[in-house]
Amino acid sequence: MSTILTILVALVVMGGIAWVLRFAGQQVTNGAPFFRDMSFGVSFGYVLGVVVLAWLAWGFMQSRSSDPAIANKFFFLGVAIKGFVIFSIAAWLFRLLGRTVGTDWTRKMFRQMPLTASFGILAIIVYAIFAIFAGAIAPYGQDEIIQGVAANIIPGGDPAMGGDPAFPLGTDQIGRDILSRLIYGAQNTVGIAFITTMLAFFLGGSLGFLAAVVGGWTDQILSRGVDVLMAIPSLIFALLLMTIASVWSSRLGIPLTVFMVLIIALIDSTRVFRLARAVGQNIVVMDYIEAAKLRGEGMGYLVFKEILPNATAPLLAEFGLRFCFVFLTIASLSFLGVGIQPPLADWGTMVRDLAAFINFAQFAPLAATAPLLAASAIALLTVAVNFVVDWMLHKTSGLKE
Amino acid sequence: MGNVLSIVFQRLALGLLTLLVVSIVIFVAVNMLPGDFAELILGQGATPESVAKIRTDLGLDQSLVSRYFGWLGGMLTGDLGTSFAQLNFQTNLGGGGGVTVGEQIAPRFANTMFLASVTAMIAVPIAVTLGILAALYRNTVFDRAANILTLSSISSPEFFMAYVLILFLAVLNPILPSLSNIYEGMDFSDRLQKTLLPALTLTLVVTAHMMRMTRAAIINLLASPYIEMARLKGMSPMRVIVKHALPNALAPIINVIALNLAYLVTGVVVVEVVFVYPGIGQLFVDSVKIRDIPVVQACCLIFAAAYILLNLTADILSILSNPRLRHPK
Repeated sequence: MSTILTILVALVVMGGIAWVLRFAGQQVTNGAPFFRDMSFGVSFGYVLGVVVLAWLAWGFMQSRSSDPAIANKFFFLGVAIKGFVIFSIAAWLFRLLGRTVGTDWTRKMFRQMPLTASFGILAIIVYAIFAIFAGAIAPYGQDEIIQGVAANIIPGGDPAMGGDPAFPLGTDQIGRDILSRLIYGAQNTVGIAFITTMLAFFLGGSLGFLAAVVGGWTDQILSRGVDVLMAIPSLIFALLLMTIASVWSSRLGIPLTVFMVLIIALIDSTRVFRLARAVGQNIVVMDYIEAAKLRGEGMGYLVFKEILPNATAPLLAEFGLRFCFVFLTIASLSFLGVGIQPPLADWGTMVRDLAAFINFAQFAPLAATAPLLAASAIALLTVAVNFVVDWMLHKTSGLKE
Repeated sequence: MGNVLSIVFQRLALGLLTLLVVSIVIFVAVNMLPGDFAELILGQGATPESVAKIRTDLGLDQSLVSRYFGWLGGMLTGDLGTSFAQLNFQTNLGGGGGVTVGEQIAPRFANTMFLASVTAMIAVPIAVTLGILAALYRNTVFDRAANILTLSSISSPEFFMAYVLILFLAVLNPILPSLSNIYEGMDFSDRLQKTLLPALTLTLVVTAHMMRMTRAAIINLLASPYIEMARLKGMSPMRVIVKHALPNALAPIINVIALNLAYLVTGVVVVEVVFVYPGIGQLFVDSVKIRDIPVVQACCLIFAAAYILLNLTADILSILSNPRLRHPK
């Protein structure tokens, strides 16, 4: 209760300061347009911004305090600020690089790019490298239980805290190297999400275009079927089907992960179907399709040579978004314990297994890094993809507002 | 007015039909299990006699169609069947009966509804206010910061948000409890305090969505001639938005709110597991893990029904608030 009261009082005080600031500005500058036309909201915004920045700076200084109790409390704020600054600088440098190196076309693209989008592209490239070369980068195997090493979750490899410099992020409860598992997690989680999204696009896209071209009863049946499947919330439906799949997989000896890919691809293909059908229907009425039909072209030619090239832009943006949804669904399923199965390393499972260490953060903040690292690995990738998609949509829609 | 009623009834009928078809889909999906329930319940200790006994007990010897209608009839009259886990437990103890799925679900359903309504209570006013502010101060630093923050919170998984909130609000600054052990007979303020952290997590996710859509709905309208007119009259930007843009943007905003409440239904599952909140989502995940089919089936149908109902509400409200849809040509 006292927290809410403090916040309310602070807001009222800031409102007062904002009013005084605007009034003083008007008096001092003799009613310059900048202050004369300033609304109360804008001046409040300036004050709020300054207060937030000052608080962040204060918190950052606190995180470097020599008193461990205070430093521990602000440790994560310090890390977050440092991370934000480092990521911003990296994105800025990457954009600078893109503006000077490359063909005319890419240089032009990077010139118009906001910082968020260049951060997104950089992050996606880094993730792709880790995912493809995980086997070469990771120092240990993903299910390799290292004998003779005490399990130690504290990163840094500081021998004074029982660590081993050979394991920079420590080892988990049963003695597997956390760094290697994080790197392999990129391969497993991202790779499986990518395959699932491709499958969903192949299924949903081809059926959607088919419905658009053929129309009539085929369209009706497919659309109503998709309507019904979309009426069930996707995570709930996925969980229901995973229950059934888990029985089948133990019966048939096929890994559960295969079933998971198929189930999520099926559920997500309904969303792709909707979009592909809507885009396809807009294209089918064009004159060049009429001409192709009159030439006597077959269905395959119509879909792949005439419709697909004209539907690339919206489908590409949808691919990014869909990938995010699939990736989050898989991570959530793994987190709930029914997704990617051990011994495969996976970020969702890692978060679940290591989550209990967050409770020690007050005394040893480093103990909480392992679960948070896995969780932020998931968040960072989806944020990056969303930033890029946001920019692409903004660019193609020509929205300038 | 009769026209509106007939449209609303049409939508309601369509919603009921969807629910019926969804129940068929769920039933068929569950019946795709290999073997049958009887073997699944008994597991290792299955003898032909006991399998046959359970088959007749559960009515598995009847045809698929009659079983479906039996299940559906039970659902409608509130008899959701008996949970496998409970059945097993009771058989081992030698007693009869057991806790029915309905008795298991009812209190948890109430808990989940409580969580969802607390979330909605916090999220809706904040989201609409922030959306209006973002539309008012569009293309400023505030708008861009809000854009980046909301995009990040939409794209982060719920459990990431949950653990970050636990870290800052429960572990580093012990303001709120990180475990929501709710029990019956708790007093309201205690219960609210224990629900607050999961509710805040859900709020973060849902608010971002609602705020972005509110902003988009208002900005869409700002190009209209009557807004131009109001601006030329010399009205302040805030009054232009609140008096002229907002009433016309109400339909899409109401729609957005209902859709996001529908989204809450799914989001609740992960959050309940993180905070060990005794709601229906946690029961669902637990039952999925131990393959307790009757509970899974019933939970799935309840989630789907809530989802369809909220989407239906969004549909009907947007018809009612839009004169052009109210009087179709």
